[in-house]
This record gives sequence, C-alpha cells and structure tokens, in this order.
Amino acid sequence: MQTKMSRRAYGSIALAGALTLAINVVWAETMKYEVVDGEAINAALTDQAGDAANGKKVFLNRKKGNCLACHVVSSLSDQPFHGEVGPPLDGVADRLSPGEMRLRVVNPKVVNADTIMPAFYRTDGFERVLKDFEGKPMLSAQEVEDVLAYLQTMKE
Amino acid sequence: MKGEITALATIVALTTGAGAIAFAADDWGKFQVEDRRSGYTYATAETQAMQDDEFANPAMLWVEHGEEAWNKVDGEAGKSCNSCHGNAAETMKTVGSTYPVFAKDIGKLENVEDRINRCRTDNMKAKAWKYDSQNMLGMVSYVKRQSLGQPMSVKIDGEAAPWFEKGKAFYTQRRGQLDMACSHCHVDNAGNMIRANTLSQGQGNGFPTYRLKWQKPGSLHRRFRGCNKQVRARPFKTGSDEYLALELYVMWRGRGLPVETPAVRN
Ligand code: HEC
Ligand code: HEC
Ligand code: HEC
Repeated sequence: MQTKMSRRAYGSIALAGALTLAINVVWAETMKYEVVDGEAINAALTDQAGDAANGKKVFLNRKKGNCLACHVVSSLSDQPFHGEVGPPLDGVADRLSPGEMRLRVVNPKVVNADTIMPAFYRTDGFERVLKDFEGKPMLSAQEVEDVLAYLQTMKE
Repeated sequence: MKGEITALATIVALTTGAGAIAFAADDWGKFQVEDRRSGYTYATAETQAMQDDEFANPAMLWVEHGEEAWNKVDGEAGKSCNSCHGNAAETMKTVGSTYPVFAKDIGKLENVEDRINRCRTDNMKAKAWKYDSQNMLGMVSYVKRQSLGQPMSVKIDGEAAPWFEKGKAFYTQRRGQLDMACSHCHVDNAGNMIRANTLSQGQGNGFPTYRLKWQKPGSLHRRFRGCNKQVRARPFKTGSDEYLALELYVMWRGRGLPVETPAVRN
C-alpha cells in the first residue's frame, strides 16, 4: 500500500510539474482503481473484506455516508427522515452487480455526469472545499468496502 | 404532515409531467407565478400562519426596530433617514422589489444593505452597520417591508448584465466536497425531501427571513453561506461581489413573486 501511494504521488508530479506539493499529497490519498467499460469497479479497494455491520453505521452516519438523506430504505424504517432525491435502495443488490455499486459509491459522475449524488471516494476536481475536508475523500477505502457489504444485504 | 408532503409531491409530479398544460389547482395564489413558487408554498401551515399574522410574526420586532431607527438622528451630519427620505411608505416603495441595482455613481451592483451603509457613511457621517447586525437587519426589513406584496422585478440588462451572468454561472457551479450546485437542490429537486427538509426553489423574495432554526432573521447572504457550507464548500463573505451577483440572479429567478419581507421559514 505504501509503495502504491508514493508511486501515485510521483506520477502526478510528472504529469503536471506546476502542481503544488499539497495537491500531490491530496492525490496520493485515494487508491488507484480501474473502471470497466464506464460501468463498474470490479476489484475491491482494499484487501480486507467489507464489514456489513460497520457499513450500516457508515451508511447512517450523517457526517459520513448520510445515504438516507437522499434514499429511502424500507428495512431502516425505524430511522427518521428518509429523503427522496435518489431512488429507493430496496433490492438494489438484485439490480446492480457489486462492481456497479462500487462505482456508484466511489464516483457516480462516471455513470451520470449531472448527478447530485456525491462521489464518496474522490479528492480531485472539486471547487472551494472547506479547509477541514480539503484533500480528503468523504469515506476511506475501507468504509467504502463496508458500505458495499451492507448494500449487498439489500435483496428482495 | 405526511399527507401534505404526499400531496405536494403529487402536485410537483403533475406540473412537471403536464408540461405546457397550466396546472389547474392555483392553490398557491399570489405565491406562485408560472412555475415559480415562493418558499411559502413549501412551508408548513403553522409556519405560513406565523408569517401571515403581523402579531405572531416574530420578525416584526425587527421591522419595528428599523422604523424607530429611521426617525433617529445619528452621525456627525445630524440627520436621520427621515430627514432626507421622509415617509418611507412612499419613498421606499419600490426598493424591495427592484434591488439589487447597478449604481452608476459607484460603478457596481448595490443591494439594500450596501445602499443603506452608503447613506450612513456619506450622507449621515455615521458608522456603517455590519451585515446581520440587529440594526442592519432591522433597517433592511423595514425598508423592504414597504414593498410588501409587490412583484419582484430586478433589472438585468445594461450595466447589470455582466453581474447577472456571473450570478447565473455561480448557480450551476458545483462546489465543495459534496460537489453540488445550487441548481441540484433548488431546480432539480424542488419539492423533494432531503433528510428532514422539503427542498424549495430557494427563492429570495422573503428576505431578511426569520428562521425558526436561527430564532432570528438572517440576510440572504447569510443563507448563501449556509447553503455553501452544507456542501462543505468555503463560503464567500457577506456583501462580497460573488454574493451580490448571486443575489441578482436569485431575485431574477423569483420575478413576479411578491415581496414577503419578513418571511418565516424553518
Ligand atoms: C444528495 C443525494 C444523494 C446522497 C447523499 C446519496 N445518493 Fe445515492 N443516488 C442519488 C441519486 C439522485 C441517484 C440516482 C442516480 C443518478 O442520479 O445518477 C442515486 C443512485 C444510487 C445508487 C444506484 C441505485 C440504482 O437503483 O441504480 C446507489 C447504489 C446509491 N445511490 C447508493 C448510495 C449510497 C451508498 C450513499 C451513501 C454513501 C448514497 N447513495 C448517497 C442521490 C444521493
Ligand atoms: C442627507 C440625505 C440622506 C440621508 C440622511 C439618508 N439618505 Fe438615503 N439617499 C439619499 C440620496 C441622495 C439617495 C439617492 C437618491 C437617488 O439616487 O435617487 C439615497 C438613496 C437611498 C436608497 C435607495 C432608494 C432608491 O429608490 O433606490 C435607500 C434604500 C436609502 N437611501 C436608505 C436610507 C436609509 C435607510 C437612511 C438612514 C439610515 C438614509 N437613506 C439616509 C440621501 C440620504
Ligand atoms: C444540498 C442541497 C442544497 C444546495 C446545494 C443549496 N441549498 Fe439552498 N437550501 C437548502 C435547504 C434544505 C434549504 C431550506 C429549505 C428550502 O427552502 O429549500 C435551503 C434554502 C435556501 C434559500 C431560502 C429559501 C426561502 O424561501 O427562504 C435560499 C435563498 C437558498 N437556499 C439559496 C441557495 C443558493 C443560492 C445555493 C447555491 C449557492 C443553494 N441554496 C444551494 C438546500 C440546498
């Protein structure tokens, strides 16, 4: 993991020499991944398997996933305030493959450039990010994998 | 409450689905003009009633504070607003529905806050008031209240045009770690619930607006800052050129809607 990260940092220096060191460090913080046919990220971002129980916590946490802000999930009807900006996620694991879901959580803009859904694992290309969040993805790679394990449980 | 939200959602679905066909239920009366709807129409019945009743509307205290200040001499020139402008009901009648305007003598766009401060510093030799101070909120509320019910109609051509274009671009620019533009919430999702809130069209016709959450009125620029920060974007300063341009665009979006100052919102 260490070598992968520094390789990525050097890569970006080579790409755009004028970029500040800060930005290189920023870029180094997300792992490389491969998008297959603009539709899916099939390989997991981490070696450690996702933990669905923690994924549920991340999903609900308003400072992390806050996924309920926009999505209805019937099995979470004990939780207040499900939003209706996005589609209900009931049965999403029947509709989408794990890789398709991974891409939608990592960076849904690859699928739909106009979407309101945030990219949860991206650090570049943002405008005027608040200092506390600058250069940080919304979720860590492991948290993404945990959320995905939780999404896998959404079958009908 | 639940029924109300479902009803709202149905209306939204109907209007968007029906396209050109005028939407039959003109329930919102003056609070809707074509497809433009005041935040009033998304508020709960309790909040609407609070706004409608001058005695229950908590922001009327600020309007009264503004009225007192209107008549009070302040500054080295020994003048009050009243010394020069007289009866606000007449002289300030069109301010709330037409500002911000391009002010030729200073060569830039000016909103009511800035105009008041210019009168204070240049005409009264008094100290400028801070944005969102009690004095400023009171005076802006009092001045805009004189336009109550008038249709919003800001000028966007001539020298105001570049400001308008800047504001329009701001509106669709994604910002912050959440990477959202104003339009994502207030155009694409007006009428939808986001967590506990029903998203409105984000209209500016009721400002300064009393927010139940703030327990006091706030300026439109304060609202802009909040909407920037909630997507984890660095906000601009109240009174900045960026927010002035955005104010012009937001007021234009609400053209024809009645001035509601001081509105009450969640
Ligand atoms: C700001 C609103 C918003 C938030 C927050 C949000 N989403 Fe979404 N999501 C959407 C929208 C809108 C779509 C519809 C697809 C599109 O816009 O391209 C969507 C689509 C999806 C899909 C694809 C569903 C399908 O049936 O195709 C998945 C999976 C998903 N979101 C998961 C999540 C997860 C997990 C989180 C939290 C980590 C989350 N979303 C947070 C708005 C949001
Ligand atoms: C010494 C006289 C003087 C005093 C005192 C004064 N103003 Fe003014 N004010 C002016 C002049 C002159 C204008 C510009 C009129 C014009 O452009 O037609 C103006 C314009 C305005 C406008 C814009 C009106 C419009 O129709 O566009 C507002 C609002 C305003 N003043 C508010 C105030 C307030 C509030 C106070 C007290 C805090 C105040 N003024 C004190 C002289 C004064
Ligand atoms: C994540 C969604 C979101 C984004 C993006 C957003 N807002 Fe808002 N905004 C809200 C919510 C929620 C409210 C309170 C409920 C309502 O009126 O929609 C609100 C309220 C407002 C209001 C007050 C409306 C009234 O009737 O009092 C204005 C004005 C406004 N927003 C302007 C903006 C502008 C300008 C931008 C872009 C800089 C923006 N918003 C971006 C969610 C958003």
